[in-house]
Order: sequence, then structure tokens, then C-alpha cells
Amino acid sequence: MNPYLPRETEVVERLQESPTIFTLRLRLTDPAARGSFRFAPGQFNMVYLYGVGEVAISIVSDPHGPDLLDHTIRALGRVTNGLSKLKARDRLGLRGPFGRGWPLERAEGRDVVVVTGGLGCAPVVAVINYILMRRQRFGRLTIVQGVKHAEELIWRERYAYWRGLPGVRVLIAADEGGPLWPYHVGLVTGVFDRIDFTPETAVMLCGPEPMMVAAAHLLTARGVSEEDIWLSMERNMQCAVRHCGHCQFGPDFVCHKGPVFSYAEVKPLLGRRGL
Amino acid sequence: MPKTNVALFLPRARLQDLVDALHASGRRCVAPRVRDGAIVYDTLTNVSELPVGVHDAQAPGRYALEHSGSDRLFAWANGPQALKPLLFAPRESLWRVVRSDDGSLQFREVLPKVEPLAVIGVRACDLAALALQDQHFLHGPYRDPYYARRREQLFLVAVGCSHPAATCFCASTGDGPRPQHSYDVLLEELDQGYVGRGGSTHGHELLATLGLGSAGDEQLRLVQEESERATAMQIRKLPSRDLRAALFANLDHERWDDVAQRCLSCGNCTSVCPTCFCHSEQDAPALDGHQSEHLREWDSCFTRGHSYLHGFTVRPDTRSRYRQWLTHKLGSWHDQYGRSGCVGCGRCIAWCPVGIDLTEEAAAICGPGA
Repeated sequence: MNPYLPRETEVVERLQESPTIFTLRLRLTDPAARGSFRFAPGQFNMVYLYGVGEVAISIVSDPHGPDLLDHTIRALGRVTNGLSKLKARDRLGLRGPFGRGWPLERAEGRDVVVVTGGLGCAPVVAVINYILMRRQRFGRLTIVQGVKHAEELIWRERYAYWRGLPGVRVLIAADEGGPLWPYHVGLVTGVFDRIDFTPETAVMLCGPEPMMVAAAHLLTARGVSEEDIWLSMERNMQCAVRHCGHCQFGPDFVCHKGPVFSYAEVKPLLGRRGL
Repeated sequence: MPKTNVALFLPRARLQDLVDALHASGRRCVAPRVRDGAIVYDTLTNVSELPVGVHDAQAPGRYALEHSGSDRLFAWANGPQALKPLLFAPRESLWRVVRSDDGSLQFREVLPKVEPLAVIGVRACDLAALALQDQHFLHGPYRDPYYARRREQLFLVAVGCSHPAATCFCASTGDGPRPQHSYDVLLEELDQGYVGRGGSTHGHELLATLGLGSAGDEQLRLVQEESERATAMQIRKLPSRDLRAALFANLDHERWDDVAQRCLSCGNCTSVCPTCFCHSEQDAPALDGHQSEHLREWDSCFTRGHSYLHGFTVRPDTRSRYRQWLTHKLGSWHDQYGRSGCVGCGRCIAWCPVGIDLTEEAAAICGPGA
């Protein structure tokens, strides 16, 4: 099997999440390929737009239903802007899944805190959905979302829905609030005081590296082990099969060892400018 | 099975017999030839096309050929190319997609058409680099089918180095000047001819067809002496074979700023480096809208696009790009492949337009070593 060769995939549905963020629900057209496709939350696919190129996109749907693969994408570059114009029944290419996902088995039976800095952090949406589908296998779930400006917050209904579920807490922060902003004003790490971290808490982080570094420092100070803090790294990706060299982060190829790492694994280099 | 451990002697006048035997076995021969003022690998039909008495004068930012008047054909160190472009193509198609009128897509892999190839004149540094590229493209979690095709068809005639350039430091990396592995045939040049050895079944078989006599003790002594002299002649060295800890402990060293003032971020070093493997992918759609070619092309960590990530560049300046190149080459390569990614060929020194010397930069950052 040539690891570079995509397989034909069909857009089943396209959902607009915000003015720039959309979700493509995809299905491999070959039944055999579809039947054998398995993935773990946090893994990603290389999504190919005809004539334009490929882009690495995290899978946000549930691994229990690998027939339909949801990819939440922000229209930002050449490929993603093109992908945003697709509609149901359009065809594209897909390779995957690639990389190491979130340590959800390790987190079973424990409290989980999911921290996102910035907008539409797809990799952790997969974690939230996974836990909510298997609620009895996990302890308390705390969802922490930070944004720069209050008006940037998307998915307000989704947060409201999550907040209403038993055993789920939602904490939202904006660096700059507004007149009607009901949540915390300040850095996302500012709400950590309101969370009961125990040595059994597993934390999953997604966002800009400086935010993840700040969060990891506070968390370790509160007794969370470095091996229980997990984070999703981002680097340029072209091949996803550990050959092209773009995703190197120190010794690691993010496409293969990551994108999810424990803080213990990346601590020496995390957040250092230009690495 | 021919005898495996006997050193044979191939008189220079009979070198063409070796080329003929390679041709007879169905292989195209590629060998060092002079083109545009440099030694490059190109198709060889006759040994008269080899660089007779040519010597390469190399220094930081300098590569020039000189004529020594000797009859030797391998009295030079290396040219800008290693084996890399013969296996990991500078630009090639990976697959093609055909779009039908109904919008459906058909993906078809495009594997290279490969002919059996023999390369004559391969250096020890290049064999060491080949082993590293094999590790990267063949022995990782995913096998690269494009590289693999070419690699399977490759026959290597290595030639020991007797005339290292001033930029060479393979003795300090432990990779030369004498080829130690991965060759089919090893030749070591003397004034009258070559001491030859087989290194693989194919190599032994090929030598057996030539009906050569054994090399004499004097000839064996001479090649040994030349190899030792080639080691002693090398004036450059790396501070240590493992600089991983020293480099990562010095990520904020002021020398990175200093080298960034000199470096043009042109990527010449990564192009001539026989172990650099970075490449980017791109699409080339046909104008009729029904077909697109998906290509890959060598890339360099010195480009802005290399670390581009949705809206920002992870390594925005020359300082961080040079640091990436050096910390990877001499540092994190140890984590990835169990050794340094530098084989001491010195190409990055000679072909750097401003003459930045990797050994000097490494010593400035890590200390001069023993």
C-alpha cells in the first residue's frame, strides 16, 4: 500500500460552525476501505482538494462510527479556503488516519479537564464528544475555553448544552470581556482556581504554545503529574508519514509521535521560540 | 560462489573491462565526469570520459578543479552531488488524479520507471549517507515506494579516498576515508591500477567475470598507507561525534545571532547535504480541469514555507533556521537514527556562498572538544 496515495472520499454533509469555521462530514467511497477504517480521537487525516493540495485535519467525530468522518476546519489558507466551498456529494481525497491520539484509556475512571485556548480547537472537541458518549467510564468533566475577545466565542449553544449535562462544568474566559460578558475576564489559566485538581486528574490542552506552557506550569504546581498533562502540537505537515521533515519538533516528528504528547515528553522545548 | 575475501588487482588499462561487465549485466553506468567546472555523476560509456588527473581544490565557499598531470582517475574528493539525487529525486510525481465529468476522482500512483544502475566512484561519506537515507525512507514506520524502487536496482562501485579536500572531515565522523560497508565492489586506486574487493554477492560475481589476479603485498601496503595519509591530511573535525546535549543546552547561544548575520538562508547546504531529506508536496493541475499531478520536491529548512503554519511562520528568521539545521543535523539526528546526520563530506562548507563552516560553528557553540 502506497502511503502517499489518497482514496476517494465524498462529502456527505457540510455544516457551517461560524463565519470561517465549518465541518465536513466525509465518507470513503470504497466500501472495503470504509469498512477497515479505524481511528482514535486526536488522530488526523490528510484531506486532499482536487488540483490544490493536502492539509492535515483532526478527526472530530466518534471512533465508534468510522463510516462518517467529521473534520472541523477553519478557512485560512489555499486548501482550507477551497475546502470551505465544497458541498454535499462533492469528491475529494483522504489519507489516514495518522499520528497518536489522546490517551483516553489512561484517563478512564478519572476526572478530565479539557483546556482550549483560542478558537475552534478541533482536537479536543473529539475528546469531549468521546467522553460524553461514554459518560459512566469517566469522572467529572471540566471544559475550559479561553478566547482573546468576548465576541470571538463561538459554539455558545454547545457550551450551554454541555453545561446542562450531569457531571460537566464549563468555564469560559476572555482576555477582554464586554458589557454583557457573563464569564471570567482574564487569561484562561485564571479560572484554574475554580477547579478541584487532584493527583488523579487528567488534563488535555490545546492552543497556542505559550498558553499551554503557562497552563502546564500552573497544573504541575497544583500537583497534576507531567505524565497526566497532554497537549496537541501543531507543525507544518506535508507527507504525514514521517518523511518530509516539516513537522519536526526537536527530535520528534509530530505527524508520527504526536500530534498528542504528554507534557513530560515535550517540556524541554515547548514554547521556545523558533523551534 | 566466488571467493569473498581475496583482494584482486585491476590494472588501470583494464578498468574498461569492469565498465563493460556492468553494461553486459544490463546496467547503465553513472560515474564522475567533469561538467561546468565541477565533478558530477553522469552517464559513462567509456573510461576515457573519467576525470584524468583532475583534483578538486575546496575551501569554505570555494570549489575549483585543477589538473595535476597524474594518470589517476579518482584523485579528487567529491563533487556537489552525492548519491542522494539518484535515489531521492529532486522533483518527482507521486500520483495522478483523474476527475471525471461527474466529479468522481480516480487516484493512480506514479512509480518511477527504473533501470538497473551502477554508480562508479562512490565515496565513503556517500555510503554512510546512503545508509542514513535508507533508514529514513525504508526502515521507518512507512516505506517510501519511490525511493525503494531505485534503491533495489542500485549497484555501487565504491572508491576509497586518497585525496581528501580541505573541507573533508569524514575521519572525525567515523565514516571515511575508506568505504566500510554498503558497496558491491570496492576499488582503491594506486598509480598502476586498483586493488579491488567484493562486498556483496553481485559484486563478487562481477569481479569473478574479470579473471583478475590477486593483489600483491606491496599493493595492499600502499593502499593502506594512502588511506592513513588521507586520514592524516584532514584538517577539519567536529568537536565530538555526539553533540546532541551540547547543542540543545545552547539554544540561546550568541553564536546563533552571529552566524545569522553571515548566512544568506539560501539552502545550498541542504541541497548538497547527502543526508538532508526534507521535501514539500504540491499539485500541478492540467489546464483541461480533468487531471492533476501530485509532486514532491526537495525543500529546505532555510525557507520560510518550511515552518509555515496557518498564518504564521514557526521559524521566522535566519537565526532559528540555521539553528534548526545544525541542531537537527548534529543533535536530534541521534534521537531519530542513533547517530549524527553528518558524514563529514564537507559539501555544505564548500558550496556555501559565504563560506560558513559547520565544524567551526559547532565548535563555537559546543566548545572545541578534545
